[in-house]
Amino acid sequence: MSNRPELTMKAPEPTSTRLVVTLGFAGLLSGLIIVSVYEATLPTITAYKAKVLKEAVFKVLPGVSSMRRLTYRDGRMIAATGEEEEEDLVFGGYAADGQLIGYAVPNAGPGFQDTIRLLYGYLPQERKVVGMEILQSRETPGLGDKIYKDAAFVANFDELSIDPEIITVKKGRKSAPNEVDAITGATISSKAVVQIINRGNQRWVPRFSGSETLPKPTPVGAQ
Amino acid sequence: MVRKKQEDVYQEFIKGLWRDNPVFVQVLGMCPMLAVTNSAVNALAMGGATFFVLVASSFLVSSLKSWIPKQVRISTYIIIIATFVTVTDFTLEALVPTIHKELGAFIPLIVANCMILGRQEAFASRNSVKLAVIDALGMASGFLFALFALGSVREILGEGALFGVPLFGPHFEPWVIMILPPGGFLTLGLLLLFFNWVKERKDRLAAQLAEGEAS
Repeated sequence: MSNRPELTMKAPEPTSTRLVVTLGFAGLLSGLIIVSVYEATLPTITAYKAKVLKEAVFKVLPGVSSMRRLTYRDGRMIAATGEEEEEDLVFGGYAADGQLIGYAVPNAGPGFQDTIRLLYGYLPQERKVVGMEILQSRETPGLGDKIYKDAAFVANFDELSIDPEIITVKKGRKSAPNEVDAITGATISSKAVVQIINRGNQRWVPRFSGSETLPKPTPVGAQ
Repeated sequence: MVRKKQEDVYQEFIKGLWRDNPVFVQVLGMCPMLAVTNSAVNALAMGGATFFVLVASSFLVSSLKSWIPKQVRISTYIIIIATFVTVTDFTLEALVPTIHKELGAFIPLIVANCMILGRQEAFASRNSVKLAVIDALGMASGFLFALFALGSVREILGEGALFGVPLFGPHFEPWVIMILPPGGFLTLGLLLLFFNWVKERKDRLAAQLAEGEAS
C-alpha cells in the first residue's frame, strides 16, 4: 500500500517506532474503553440472564416460591457448589414451607436448524411434565418457531405423563396422557422438542427417584 | 461564498440519503441488510447501531487524521471501528437484551461492514471534522432508511404486522417466505429495481429538459 507515489511523496517516511507506537497506543486506548464498558454493563447483563432463567423455572413449575441449583453426586441429589458443568445442573423448586415440589430440567438437542435449548418442569411423585419453556432456538420463522409461539403446542406440556415415553402424534389425534399434538408443517421441530425432553428424562428421572433426602433452600428466594 | 459552503454541507448530507445511498446505489453492507431485516424493529436496531458506529468513527478518524501515519491507517481505522462496535454490543445487551438476542452475531459483524471502513478511507480521512460528521450522518441515515424500508415490507407481508401490531385482522395468511432468507433477496431486488427506475426516469426528464432548452 505504501508504494502509492502520492502517499509516500507528501511526507517523509515515518520511522517504524512511530508506526508501532501509534498502533500500540490505539490498541491500548481501545482495550481500556472496552474493558470499562464491559465492567460497567456486566452487572446488568448477568442480572438479566439470572432473571430470565428464574422466570423460566417459576413458569415451568407452577406453585414454586424459591429455587436452587442441584446436582447429582454419589447416588443422590445435592446442592450445587458452583463448579459443575452447565449440563450437570438442574433446578429444584420449593414451596413456601421449604417442601420440594419438583425439578426444572434444562436440556438441549438438535432442532431443524440449530440447537434448541429448553427447560421443562418435572414432578417426580406424579411422574409428569408440567411445563416447557424454550430458552433458545433458531427454528424457521412462521413454522418451526411455533414450538414457543403457538400456545396450543406449549399447552401440550402442561400435563404430560412420561410413561413409557412421550410421543408425538398428528395434530388433533392426542388420546393418551403421554401424547403430544405435533405442529402441522413443523413436525421435525415438534419431534425435536419431545426428543430433548425424553433424553433429559432418561438421564435425570432415575436419579430423582433414588434421592429421598433433598437439600432444602436456606434463604427463601435466594439465587 | 458562505452560501456555496452551506450548499456543500447540504449536498454532503443528502447524497448519502438518496443519490449515493449505501444500500440502493452503492450496494454495500448487504450482509446485515439481508440477515436482520425480517422485522421493522430489528432493522431499526441494526440501523441505529450502525449509525452510532459510523458517526463516532468518522468523527474520530477525521479528528485524528494528521496523527495517523498512512502506513498503518487501515489498521487504526479497524481498531477505532471495532472499539465502537464492542461498546455498542455491550450497551445493547445491557439495555435491550431481547433485541440483542434477535440480532445475535450481526452486531459484532458491523466491524466488517464495508460501508463503514469505506467512508473512513474515502471521506473522513480526507475532509474536515465537520464535513466528515455530516457525510457520516447522511450515509448512516441512508443505511437506516434502507434497512427500515426492507424490514417493514418484509414484516408487513411476512407477519401481517408492523412493529408487532397486526394490520390485516385474523384472516390474513402471512407470506412466510418474506421473513425467510429468500424474502430478503426478493424484496431487495424489487427495491433496487424501483430505485433504478426512479433514477432513470429522472435522468430522462433532465435530458428532455436540456434538449428543450437547447432548441
